[in-house]
Amino acid sequence: MSVHNDAPSSAKAKAFERHGLSDAQLIAMFRIMLAQRVLENRGFQLNRQGKIPFASASEGHEAVQAGAAMAFERGKDILVPYYRDLGLELGIGLTPYEVLLSLFARAADHSAGRQFPHHYANRTLGLHTISSVIAAQLPHAVGAAYALQYRKERGRAVLVTFGDGATSEGEWHESINFAAVHALPIVFLCENNEWAISTPLSKQTAQPDLYKRAEGYGIPGVMVDGMDAIACYAAVKEAMDRARCGGGPTLVEAKCYRFLSHTTDDDDRTYRSREEVVERRKSDPVPRFEALLAEGGILTAEDAQALKRSILDEANQATDRAESMPYPLPQDLYDNVYADGWQPWR
Amino acid sequence: MAVSSSATSTVMNNVEAVRATLYEAMKNDDRTVIIGEDVGPRGNVFLITKDFINEFGAERVIDTPIAEASIVGIAVGMAMEGLRPIAEIQFADFIYPAFNQIVGEAAKTRYRSNGEYTCPLVIRTPYGGGVRGALSHSVSIEALFYHVPGLKIVAPAFPADVKGLLNAAIDDPDPVMFLEHKKTYRLIKGEVPDGHYTIPIGKANVLKEGSQLTVVSYGLYVHWALEAAQQLQADNLSVEVIDLRSIRPMDRTTILNSVEKTRKLLIVHEDNKFGGIGAEISAMVAEEALFHLDAPIRRLCAPDVPAMGYALPLEEEYMSSPAKMAAAMREMVRF
Ligand SMILES: Cc1ncc(C[n+]2csc(CCOP(=O)(O)OP(=O)(O)O)c2C)c(N)n1
Ligand SMILES: [Mg+2]
Repeated sequence: MSVHNDAPSSAKAKAFERHGLSDAQLIAMFRIMLAQRVLENRGFQLNRQGKIPFASASEGHEAVQAGAAMAFERGKDILVPYYRDLGLELGIGLTPYEVLLSLFARAADHSAGRQFPHHYANRTLGLHTISSVIAAQLPHAVGAAYALQYRKERGRAVLVTFGDGATSEGEWHESINFAAVHALPIVFLCENNEWAISTPLSKQTAQPDLYKRAEGYGIPGVMVDGMDAIACYAAVKEAMDRARCGGGPTLVEAKCYRFLSHTTDDDDRTYRSREEVVERRKSDPVPRFEALLAEGGILTAEDAQALKRSILDEANQATDRAESMPYPLPQDLYDNVYADGWQPWR
Repeated sequence: MAVSSSATSTVMNNVEAVRATLYEAMKNDDRTVIIGEDVGPRGNVFLITKDFINEFGAERVIDTPIAEASIVGIAVGMAMEGLRPIAEIQFADFIYPAFNQIVGEAAKTRYRSNGEYTCPLVIRTPYGGGVRGALSHSVSIEALFYHVPGLKIVAPAFPADVKGLLNAAIDDPDPVMFLEHKKTYRLIKGEVPDGHYTIPIGKANVLKEGSQLTVVSYGLYVHWALEAAQQLQADNLSVEVIDLRSIRPMDRTTILNSVEKTRKLLIVHEDNKFGGIGAEISAMVAEEALFHLDAPIRRLCAPDVPAMGYALPLEEEYMSSPAKMAAAMREMVRF
């Protein structure tokens, strides 16, 4: 990915710190954020229509994910995500069609319709398979980083993500500790949305600044405004660059917020006030980023409209196409338990 | 058994067979790494990897923090990214923190990604009692894991099987749990063919042919069952002894063929009876061969208590013995 420092295209445009991101990159980030929102809303819509049993969304996480995606080098880096990372996955190359295949649980989905929505696996993209088990992916990410270091594959790094709730798990601690001991090429990115289903951060930990834990492991820890896409890009980029050239792991904490219920099966009115949610909506990262691009003379209102239309078109096409695809067959249940030839007992 | 050209062999005990096989694996494939507690300068608590670190380096013989979930979990990630990790859990009693990574992650990697990612991983661990190991250095863990599709579990009894099955486990494209009965480590010696060979996972071994009773076992108890069967042979009672060797997948054909011949089945294992390996074998034989049976199936297993105690009488009460096995065999033959 080439990075140039374009001058703002209009004389009266407001300059802002863009950390080397070009106009094209900034627009690409905005595109990821919009696509994330549209596709996740699509999941909720399909659920309400009774077409799919389940959906989840990451509204409020768009800035951290678009920023992190820009810091990821396609074809080199490895992403070990968690289940609330659609923007990050789109940002490293996952297509809307793949997203809809996952939502509809079709045979052509990466897991052949086995996994919950938004649990992808795409080796070409460097996108690891995950379970829904909180923090279980962290040791895998560390093992992958060990493999890179062992083979002396300088210039590559692993990005692993998780929520604030995940930081309470033993595997979270074990993973960061091991990565630190071996100075592995890995970045631990915490998407701190202050909630773990109904459990607030204050019941997760007495130290709300999760990045401060880094000191206990002897690695750098940084905190970033998770509603500021460019700041998130800069923080993750710096950490990934350090990892790629032998500087070891970093813990990055992006403070964001979960605007919607945990999933379609949750009702957040049972545990948090509407006032809180309305208040936090005021810092919605998507309009904030759109305004920044508009004020910066990077994206006109018409361009923004056109972009939104094209994303919606793409989502609609992907929806129709994926919906028309077949389900897995009953006998597909029996594949890939082991390598070739295994016939499960029935 | 796929034996290479060399017809020579060397006498070793089980621990030496593990060590020799690991050594060859490390020498032959630099994707192989060993990861566990005290495997480095100490060379593992049973000295299985002694001096490995000097020859292969600390990058390949990895001393970990005391953190079993991540020992296995990190090995899963290594396996996904092209290494061939051999993870060691120092004692099977300490594998519980890694349960999630074994059952939830390693076993499901291939399945949940429809083959996009795989997990060629070996998890080695010493298990079993009769060594005054008390509650936390004696357990059998196989029943906790054999329920899980996606895992393979082997538990060899003889040095030649240790080598052949460990080689097979290392070559296997899926996760394999390799259970080493620690009482057999130095107790059991045998000829081990030189050169590289593998024994297929999932194949039992008929150690002694017989016509009046089938005895199925694995691990330490195979040796005791064999001893007991030989005692009966002196009285012209003919017992067939099957060493399962692999617990999952299980060699149903060998068990069924034998039971259809002898018409009686006794299962002996050190793990407790309720929900143990014997329960599955019994159910399978009842489903597939009930009308071949001339006697009720019998299981001689540990009692349903949490563990064997440290005090000798408690350990002995928990464990079986060649004498107890011989008595059960006589009763069944005479039934
Ligand atoms: C080990 C484990 N325990 C419990 C759950 C159930 N669960 C699913 S999501 C969740 C909350 C996770 O919160 P956080 O890590 O903050 O991520 P977020 O959903 O907020 O993005 C819980 C408890 C689980 N999936 N895995
Ligand atoms: Mg959270």
